[in-house]
Amino acid sequence: MKILTLNFLTCARKTCKSSPAAFPLHPRDAELEIVETEFNALFIQNILPRVEWDALKGLCTELGLTNVPPEAPEPKELFDTSIKSAGIDEKEKEPTQLTRDLHNLLLETTIQSGKLVCGNCGHEYAIKEGIANFLLPSHMV
Amino acid sequence: MDYLVRFVQVHESFRRAELEALADLHNIKLDVVNYQSNYPYCLVRLQSEAAARLLISRSILGQGIYELWGIGTSYEELHEDVRRRSGHKWSEFRTCSFRFSVVGFQYKMKTSEQRKIIESFSYLDFEGPIVMANADTEFFVFQEHDLSVEIPRMLYLCRFIANSDRDVITKYDLKKRHYISTTSMDSELALVTANMAQAAPGKMFFDPFVGTGSFPIACAHFGARSIGSDIDGRSIRGKPTCNLMSNFTQYALTGRWLDGFVSDLTNTPLRLDRVLDGIVCDPPYGVREGLKVLGTKDGSGTEAVYIDGKLAHLQEGYIPPKRPYSFEAMLDDILDFAARTLVDSGRLAMWMPTANDEDVEFAIPTHECLEIVSICVQPFNKWSRRLLTYRRLGGVAVPAATKTSKRSNGTGIHADDLNSFRKKVRDCAALYSNGILTR
Ligand SMILES: [Zn+2]
Repeated sequence: MKILTLNFLTCARKTCKSSPAAFPLHPRDAELEIVETEFNALFIQNILPRVEWDALKGLCTELGLTNVPPEAPEPKELFDTSIKSAGIDEKEKEPTQLTRDLHNLLLETTIQSGKLVCGNCGHEYAIKEGIANFLLPSHMV
Repeated sequence: MDYLVRFVQVHESFRRAELEALADLHNIKLDVVNYQSNYPYCLVRLQSEAAARLLISRSILGQGIYELWGIGTSYEELHEDVRRRSGHKWSEFRTCSFRFSVVGFQYKMKTSEQRKIIESFSYLDFEGPIVMANADTEFFVFQEHDLSVEIPRMLYLCRFIANSDRDVITKYDLKKRHYISTTSMDSELALVTANMAQAAPGKMFFDPFVGTGSFPIACAHFGARSIGSDIDGRSIRGKPTCNLMSNFTQYALTGRWLDGFVSDLTNTPLRLDRVLDGIVCDPPYGVREGLKVLGTKDGSGTEAVYIDGKLAHLQEGYIPPKRPYSFEAMLDDILDFAARTLVDSGRLAMWMPTANDEDVEFAIPTHECLEIVSICVQPFNKWSRRLLTYRRLGGVAVPAATKTSKRSNGTGIHADDLNSFRKKVRDCAALYSNGILTR
């Protein structure tokens, strides 16, 4: 499960949805793995405004990942805006190292196994072989 | 300038809707001058040849696009229109190598007849060589007939511009896909669904009933990245070498599959913020087995269950109990979810059967934050299904009390009762008369 996906997930319990403590879920006993994947700067650009930055920072701290910028990067930081690239087509703009680092963090860093714990109700969701299970037992529905 | 879109003569009610979805995606101004569901040729007005190429480039139900050089109900009328409409263009192609073909729709033509037709255009005065392959330019006479009628109903002379993306249907053919199930959507309609939802590079999509991934694969073909969930953990996990991920690997689209997780839409772990560009799905319709969501039928199970002193739900192999769930309530839940999670102008493309097992038509679900873009119908021998496409309206907040909560949901025990078998058919007349709904 990718770090990006974790930024879009909260506790599955309806009663937790409105609680700030339920997001993000807290990883426990997480085994990380880097899985290389196709780089697409446009995707990073589009997805970045939808990432909850504080949640991302918190999650990364818990996972011991230190390469997170303290503030959400501005769109203009994602592409090289030097004179060299001025005037060329939008599609051909050169992504910056920052964009590649974000790709590596959000899309290539994955939790292969472990647990995700809700900070509100304490429920644990298991991750096995990269796939999390959010099905709830009946007394929690 | 007028162009001719040559459609395939299948999935008729999807064809125009797909073309309009693509025009909207590419910001192309499209005027449909003449479209008829019984015929493959559709006249459109576009601002440039570049727009024509772009419009057809990812179409599945279009075969190609052509520049219109003339139109008529007889050859006399056609020749007259060719002179008037395209006389100024002839010199541009005078020395090109070219190919000239005559194609009949619902009409078989003898070679001698074709030759005679081609010769009747000799006034175009092309001097370039006639070649069968790799011609600089290709001309087509389309001769459109009504079934078993000798006299053509319409004739067109066109210059070929570009083919569609239709060839990819075979690339994604389910027969050659390693991981499929009986409910996998065929590649043609999965690709059409991705077009309706405007899957494109940079976008994030979600399929809440992902199964073996038919829709995310189609979306990936068009450049979008997807996450998917399914209540059935087996379909998400598959087998070690044959699973959702291996399907993406098979097509070298691995990077466009973000994640799959096991969950149920009524208790989704996704945070309900406007983060998705598109939602594509084919919700399970299973009256006979009763649709299942998490919970117990009689409302019991509010206490935690222990086995050998340990919480049952934390043990290996725990299967959560499921309760029956009305199909219509589920559709409302999907719309509510879409309204909360789609970005402005984000799209939901959702399949549903037209009627239930007792042939009572399902109402088209609606939501005040979602505009119905198109309703397409795929008829089968004994039943039919619809593809509904919605667009998330900008500037409308999801109301606190949605109609989902008003519908009785889970109060009955049997799936049969819940699925409102005896319910009066709701009136769709307004949709028909507005031309939104196609019969
Ligand atoms: Zn919780």
